[in-house]
Order: sequence, then C-alpha cells, then structure tokens
Amino acid sequence: MSATDVSAIEAELMAEIAAAADLAAIEQVRIGALGRKGRLPEMMGRLGKMAPDERKSFGAAVNRLKDQVTTALEARKSVLETAAMSVRLASERSDVTLPVRLGPVADGRIHPISQVFDEIAEIFADMGFAIAEGPDIETDDLNFTKLNIPPEHPARQMHDTFYLKSPERLARGEAPMLLRTHTSPVQVRTMLSQKPPIRIIVPGRVYRMDSDATHTPMFHQIEGLVIDENTHFGHMKWCLEEFCKAFFEVDQVKMRFRASHFPFTEPSAEVDVGAEAIGKPGKWLEILGCGMVHPRVIEMCGLDPEKYQGWAFGMGLDRITMLKYGIPDLRDMFNADLRWLRHYGFTCLDVPTLAGGMSS
Amino acid sequence: MKFTLSWLKDHLETTASLAEIRLKLDQIGLEVEGIDDPGEKLAAFTIARVLEAKRHPNADKLQVLQVEIEPGKPSVEVVCGAPNARAGLVGVFAPLGAYIPGTGITLEKKPVRGVVSNGMMLSEREMELSEDHNGIVDLEAALADSVGKRYADVLGLSDPVIEIKLTPNRPDCTAVRGVARDLAAAGLGTLKPEKALEGVEGSYDSPVDILLEFASPDGAPCTCFAGRYIKGISNGASPAWMQKRLTAIGQRPINAVVDVTNYIMIDRGRPLHVYDADKLTGAIRARMARNGEQVLALNGRTYTLDETMCVIADAKDVHDIGGIMGGEHSGCTHDTKNILIECAYFEPVAIATTGRKLGITTDARYRFERGVDPGFIEPGLDLATRMMLDIVGGTPSRRKIAGKPPVKPFKVSFEFARVKRLMGLEVLDAEIRRTLEQLGFTIEGNGPRFEVTAPSWRPDVHGPADLVEEVARIAGLETIASVPLPRLTGGVTRATLTEGQRRVRRARRALAARGMVEAVTWSFIDQSEAEHFGGGAEALQLANPISSEMTTMRPGLLPGLLAAAHRNHNRGFSDISLFEVGQAYRGDGEKDQFTVAAGVRTGAAGLTGSGRHWDGIASPAGVFDVKADAAALLAALGVDAGKAQITRDAPSWYHPGRSATLRLGPKVVLAHFGEIHPATLKLLDVPAPASAFEVFLDALPREKRKSRAKPPLAASGLLPVTRDFAFVLSKDIAAGDVVRAAQGADKTLISGVKVFDLFEGGNLGADRKSLAIEVTLSPTERTLTDDEIDAVSAKVIAEVKRATGGEIRG
Repeated sequence: MSATDVSAIEAELMAEIAAAADLAAIEQVRIGALGRKGRLPEMMGRLGKMAPDERKSFGAAVNRLKDQVTTALEARKSVLETAAMSVRLASERSDVTLPVRLGPVADGRIHPISQVFDEIAEIFADMGFAIAEGPDIETDDLNFTKLNIPPEHPARQMHDTFYLKSPERLARGEAPMLLRTHTSPVQVRTMLSQKPPIRIIVPGRVYRMDSDATHTPMFHQIEGLVIDENTHFGHMKWCLEEFCKAFFEVDQVKMRFRASHFPFTEPSAEVDVGAEAIGKPGKWLEILGCGMVHPRVIEMCGLDPEKYQGWAFGMGLDRITMLKYGIPDLRDMFNADLRWLRHYGFTCLDVPTLAGGMSS
Repeated sequence: MKFTLSWLKDHLETTASLAEIRLKLDQIGLEVEGIDDPGEKLAAFTIARVLEAKRHPNADKLQVLQVEIEPGKPSVEVVCGAPNARAGLVGVFAPLGAYIPGTGITLEKKPVRGVVSNGMMLSEREMELSEDHNGIVDLEAALADSVGKRYADVLGLSDPVIEIKLTPNRPDCTAVRGVARDLAAAGLGTLKPEKALEGVEGSYDSPVDILLEFASPDGAPCTCFAGRYIKGISNGASPAWMQKRLTAIGQRPINAVVDVTNYIMIDRGRPLHVYDADKLTGAIRARMARNGEQVLALNGRTYTLDETMCVIADAKDVHDIGGIMGGEHSGCTHDTKNILIECAYFEPVAIATTGRKLGITTDARYRFERGVDPGFIEPGLDLATRMMLDIVGGTPSRRKIAGKPPVKPFKVSFEFARVKRLMGLEVLDAEIRRTLEQLGFTIEGNGPRFEVTAPSWRPDVHGPADLVEEVARIAGLETIASVPLPRLTGGVTRATLTEGQRRVRRARRALAARGMVEAVTWSFIDQSEAEHFGGGAEALQLANPISSEMTTMRPGLLPGLLAAAHRNHNRGFSDISLFEVGQAYRGDGEKDQFTVAAGVRTGAAGLTGSGRHWDGIASPAGVFDVKADAAALLAALGVDAGKAQITRDAPSWYHPGRSATLRLGPKVVLAHFGEIHPATLKLLDVPAPASAFEVFLDALPREKRKSRAKPPLAASGLLPVTRDFAFVLSKDIAAGDVVRAAQGADKTLISGVKVFDLFEGGNLGADRKSLAIEVTLSPTERTLTDDEIDAVSAKVIAEVKRATGGEIRG
C-alpha cells in the first residue's frame, strides 16, 4: 500500500464525515473508520508484513490520518449536536405569559397594631426600656386604688368600667374583678416587684364601656414608666420628643405640653404633636398624657417617695397607628375584614429595625 | 365651664387679646374647648330702616318693602312675610350673599312671586339669638341713627363665649373669678379686688328656722347650712345685662331671683337655692331622705329617693335634692313675695353618689361634687343678698347658720428646690413665691423649708408635688428644657424582649410567612360560644356587658376567628386564612391568662395560595394543612414537632376523626389541630368546611441555649444508603407507629424514615392499606456491605411487623 492509497482513503473518509447528516450517521462513520473492524485498524494490521523502511513511513502516515479523522469526527459531531439541540429547543416552548403565584410570603399580613407595637418596642429598646406585661382581668386595687383613684371617682363607675360577675369573690366580701381600663396597673405591678432604676413600656389591650364612631369597648394602650432617684420632667420631654421623631420618621417634630390633671401623676400634662409629622401642617394632634408619678402612687407601691421619683406616659396605640398610616376608622381595627387587612397590613418581611427604618 | 370675655374682664384687668388669653388658658391647664364669637356669625347683618311697606302684587301675606340700608343712599327692595313689617320699623338687614345661621341658607338674588328681593329683614331666630319667630326684629326707633352699622356692634352682641374643659381637680375654676385668678397669676393682667358689700346685716331674725338633722356631724353629707329670709321682694324679669350674659353661656333666664342664683354660681362657683318662703311649713332642715320618699324636681320629673341621699325638707315635704336640684313646689315665681336663700356646703362624695344614682346632671352638682369653697359660705350668702336687694328689693333678715363651714387649713412643708428636682426647671425663689401668693397660697418661714397653706378654694392641694405643679404650670411647661435620658448601659443597647415576647413576635411573622392574615378580635364573646369552646364560667362573665355578643371572656381564639371567617364569607371571600396571636382566659386570676397562636383556613386556602389556579387543582384545606401550620410554627419557635406525641383527643370543637393534640409528656399540651366539627361550623354560621390550629405559647419548653456557639457539624464522609419498603397494614394502623417502629430497628444506623406513598383500595380490600417508607442508613465508620444492609432491612421488616402487624409487600 502506498502513500497515494492513504491519501485516497483520507479523501474518502473526509467526504463521509462531511456527508454525515445526523448523530447516528456520524457514529456509523466513526465505527467504519476507527472501530475494531474499521479501516484504520485494518491498515495498521498490515504493518507487521511490511519491510522496516516501508513500515516506518506507512505507520507514520496512518497515524497522521487517524489524528485527522478523529479531529474531523469531533468537529462534525459537535456541529450535529448543536443542530440537534436547536431542533429540540425549538420544540420546547412554554407560554411564559401564564400567571404565577407569589407564594405565602407575599400573601400573609401582619396587623397594623402588631407592626406598630414592634416599631415602638424597637425605638424604646434603644432608650433602655424593657417591655412589661400584665393581665387584662385586674383587681380594683391595682387598677384604681394604688393609682390614687379614690372609690368615688367617676372612672370606677359601671358606665366606664367593665366588671366581672365574680360570684365567689363577692360571696367572700371582696371587690369584683374588672377589665383593666388602662395599662397603668402594670406600672404598679412593676414597682411592687422590681427595684429602681425602672424603665419599662407596657403595651396591651384595655377596656372601657364606650362604643361609637371613635371609641371601641376594647382598644390598645402603650404606657411608659421611668423611676430612679433624679429623673425629671425634662428627661420625659426629651424621651417623648425622640420617640415622636423616630416613630413618625421625621427629623423635626413640633410638640406642645399643656398642663392637665390625672390622679396618678402630679404635675400632669397632655401632649400635642404638630400634624406636620403626618404631612398635615397647621393642626395639633393630641396623642398622649403624661406626668411625674404621684408621690402617693410611689409610696403605695412600696418605694420611698422622698428618695425615688419618676415619670409616666400613656398613649393610644390604635390612635397613633391610625395617624401614622392614614387609617380612617378605629372600628375597622377589630373587624378582621380581609380587604382591610390586606390593604393596611404589613408582610412578614417588614420587620422594623433601627438600622433599616421603622416602616421598611 | 362657659363664660364670656366681658364677664372675665369683670374680674381681670387686662389688655391681653382673645388669642393671648386662649393660648394662656391652654398652657396653664384650663383647656379651651371652643370659643364662640357670636359677632362673627352676625358680621354681615346691619341696622336698616323700612321706609315704605306695600302689599305684594301677587301674594296676600307678603309685603314689598323699601329699605334704607345706608344713610343717604337709595333704598333697596325687599320682599318680607313678617306681619310686623311696617314703614318706620328699624330692624336688621341681611344683604345678598349673607349666610343666615338660623335657616342654613345663603341669600341669593331670585324673585319671590315675581318680585326680586335684594336681601332680607331678619327675625331673632334667623340669627340664632332666640326662638322668637313672631316677626322681624323691631328695634327702638332711636337706632335709626345707626342705619348701616353692624348690628352686633351696635347692640353689644360681640362678646365672645369661651368654653373650658375643666379637669376634676379644679373646682375653683368653675367660677369666672377663679379663671381670672389663674390668668392673673400667669401674667395676663391683675385680679380686680372684691367689692365691699353694704347693708346686708339684716334687722330681724328669720321666721324660718334652719336645722341640720343628722345622727352625727361626722360623715354628714351637709355640714353647714346658711340662710337668710328676705321679705317683700318684687320678683320679675332680671335686668337685661344679666339675661344677656346668662343667655350667652346657655343658661335660660327664669326670673330675677333664680337668675341671681345662677349668676353667682357661674361668677363665684357658689351654687345657691332660693325657696318661696310662703310655701314652706315650719323649719327647713337638711336630713337624709326616707326610703321611697318622692320629690317633684324643677325639671318636672318626680324622683324616688333613698336613705343614702341628703334632702332639704320642711316639716311636711322634701323641697330640694340637696346640692343637686331644687323642688318644683317651693320654687320662686314672678308672684313670690318672701324668700329664703340657701347657701350650704354639701360633701363631694355624697353629691356624686346621689347624682349618679338619680341620673341628674346639674351645674350645682358639677360644682359640689368637685368641692365648693368652704370659705365662701357666709360671703356667698351676703353677695346673694346684696344682689337680691339691688334687683328685687325687700328687707333682709339676719343670717341664720346651722353647722360650721368645714374649712381645714392645709399646710404643706415645701422646699422651693423641689421645683428644680422634679421638673428640671429653674425658677427664681421670688418667682415661686409670687406665683403661689397670687394663687392665694400663704407662705410662712424663712426657708429653705417653708410652710405653705393652701387657700380654702383649693381642696386639690395635698403635698409638695401639688405646689410644684402650680409653679410649673404657671411658668409654662413649654419653658422646661428637654434633657437627654442617660443610657442605662453606657454603650450599645441590649436586647429588651423576654423569651415569651420574642416568641409572640416570631409566631406572628412565622404565620404571616405561611400566607395567613393576622386579625385582632375581641377579648369578649357570646356566652353560648364561650360555653361551646369550653369556657363561660360565671367568674368570666361581665356584670355589665355592652352587647349580648360581648358578654364573656374568651376561652380561646377560635370563636373570634371563625366568626371573622363567617363575616368574610359574607363579603364574598371563599378561601380564607386568618390567624391571631393573643390572650385567652381560663379563670379570673392573673395566672389564668394564657397566650395562644391560632389560625383558621377555609375553602382552598392552602399554603401555596388560595383558589383555582391553572397549575393545579385547588384542594380543600384540611387537617394536614393545619398540622403543617402548627408544626412549622413550633419549629419556628425552636420546638421539634416530630418529637411530640400525637394523641387523638383534640377538644370537642374539632372533627373527632380528623384532629389531634400535640403533647410533650402526658401533661404538657403544645397544640391542637384539625378540621372543625360540623356542629361548631353550624353554631358559628361558617358556611364552608374549615380547619384550625391552636398553639399554646406559654406551654412551650424554655430555650436551654447556654452558649451562642452551635455544636460542631457531624458530617460523615461516607454516603448514606436508602432502602424502600412497602407494608400492607390494617387501615387503622397509624403511619406514625410504622415510622417509629422502623426507626427503632437500628438506632445507630438508621438516620431517617420518610413516608413516600400511601395507597388504599384496589385489590388490598376495604380494611387494608399499603404504606411505603424510605429508610436512610448513615454509616459512621466504614461503607456498609450488602450483608450488613440486608441484616438491617430484615430488622426493619421484623420490627414493623411486630409493632403493627404489617406485612412486607411482595
């Protein structure tokens, strides 16, 4: 066999490779050329019968041919694979306009009250306030007496306070239990059980016999209490100003402290916030009551009013929620209307943080 | 408390504007509810004169008037229906475009029966000055000089009415003089001195005796009763100036005698009562009422009294509900000739109690229950006498006084430095002294501790804090500088939430992350619902519920959530998932309140989304959806639900076959879950099947984490091996038992068991099922040989058969 023959075979194989139309055909060509009984192994088989000189040059030619064929096969195979994939992909077609579901994280909602409670906890945590809690069903003593509200005070009457039937207590000659009318009994509980310095906020449900366009028989309050040896009204002012700025997420807030009266604080004040904070300039919004804790309350809670003093404030959680988030009607808060909850509610990812902001 | 600006200026010498007064009142704790300037609503109305009145060409009852509205200018034509309209009448004219407060109409130019009216002549009712609508205002003819001028200015009707919202501690400011005193102390002018009263000593003894008839003076509701007889009065209408002031603040003028008492009540905060002495029999006395005794009060209603109430009676009848309201029978009329003035002191608590029991709110009660000035009983009586003599004449008797004025001078030991300590407010000592003295306090001693005595009209002052309040509110709380609260820890803020609080927070977000929507529902529910959900004890029922649907403290959150689901169904929602994290009540003790995270799913409200979707059928939310909710919630709170026992004893409001309880040991119930019982759905009117869960957050074990570091990860380099088994079992065998049996076959090698197929029916028979499990073997030391794997497999098969009777499926 001569070098011319090798060239002829080369030309033949290259033509076959080029002509292979699909992956099956190229495999046939490969088997025909390189398979066990293929043409190149058959050519190599002849080497043994050749003279050494011939063997050397023929061997080299066959090896060169083998390399050429292998490369050509790979190249052709790759072209055919790409073509086959294109055909397959062309047949695989989805209607990508079909709608998808956003999944539970997008569907779920946190109630605005819970959200605002988290916001407030975050803000006050930065000022060192822990959260204290207490029961909704309270004693007369903690809800009224220890807060310096005398028995004849109008707040104690049936038309303001929900009382329980308490048959066993009445039979024992005790006062009936009641639904706390404010979160202040938790102040008392805290002072009775903890040593100053005290810094707490108290969020929770409270109850009053009231039901009209702006009142519901159950609503939420948040209360704050600071007790130590020298904290004063100026500290309270600062704390409330800082809170309002952080809560309403504004750099400046106008506040107005007006002298007022509550049985459990002396001196007392009502506090208005300039409605610029919620984008309605020119108006004042009454948002909270506050004052220096009455010495008698401090004394009744087992602390020495000559040594300890402090301040407390209370505000309607529902009210500040409505103000901040533009919610028009208090009654909707407790109506569980899905349309309302989806509109005014927050997703589980809207976690208020100091770093990320309150409402983001 | 209402008064007019001119009335205030009777007591306060001031140049302050109305706006300044308003601001100061707000700052010192006398919150202004509103200021009504009647001059404002009358501003458009002017004095005008009718020059000519002719019959309307097209209407019998109407006239066409020629009205002079500005001197020397041509008259305008006005159509008028008033019978008293006539030529020469001087009245009040409203031009076109003016708003008529009494009718709510703005005048427009339009013809009345064919004649154009260029304005309107007004009645008092149309200006909201009185109810008088008999005709148009008919002024004195002399006022024709004032044609064209503003009516309110000419008649002096521009006296603004100020209404303040008084806090209950300030009885002294139920008097105009008290308000003036506060404003003077706050630097808005000076308090005018009291006028001396002359000729009120009296020349004879009162023919009516006055008695206090109480078992003991201690605790008596009336401790002092001063009175005076005046004979030969001539009662009638009170003077116009007095009527004007009373009318302005909403008091209806009655007659001179009654008006004087009302005037003094507003002016001095001193309620009085006057009896027609000729209608009294024998002595007049303060005593307790007898049970069932009745009195016809001045409001025309008859009240039945009891022995806790104080009355003023003569020998025969009750004439007055002491300190609250007088009686009709002995009231003064225009014909009254002889009177007895009562100026008494009633105890606040007694008045409040009686007033509340009888449901009577009066100006007298308002003052007595706050505490009137016990130092102003005789002076009050004298002032009343003087005004009576001036207005209705007559001859006064000497004073008659039963009991003693309960004046108890109250001394407070006070260091001025306390103002700085409590308020952070720097006020000069001299300023503190000036403020207190101007408010009527007396200061004795040389300091630093002073003895301060409160005036008799300030029953609210008990201690140093009260004096600090006086100084601070008069100085103005706005003058106190804000001072940063020092950080407790110095550096970075520490976490503040307790474990329970963190759990509540996390529970909310975990459930919202499962597509559920948070509701806040009422703490009180309907009694029958409470009973259905295992509550309703009498101790948890309200004595005074506000509605029949809110009578009982809730035993759990499901009644509220199911009711909410019902309401949302009625709004057109079919797939609802709601949750609430909140409190429920086992009893009325403080430990009986517990925290629950509960949720409800109705219709096809599954985890991936509710309702129909092209990608798959919407299967109804059932027991496994809520089991997943409960388990996922527990996992979010650090509790592995797989380690809890599942017992089939969920409460009665669940479907008995499709519900369960998750427990840790026999006592601790972590959760219930399941489909809601059809009877419960019916009771709560829920129109679709619903499933629910309740997780008891307080029952969860406390976190035992000691270090923040996590234990090292024990990841083996050896590949785990899985083997599948299918067992044929009796249908009532729990899958959990099969899994547990398989797991127990080799506790070291078997690291997991999954149920991957459940098949019922076919040729298995009605009472059999096939359950397929995948068992994962995790070698720790070396790769398992086939023999070892076969040995474990045999153990799994044997153990499942032993525990459940299940046969390996061939």
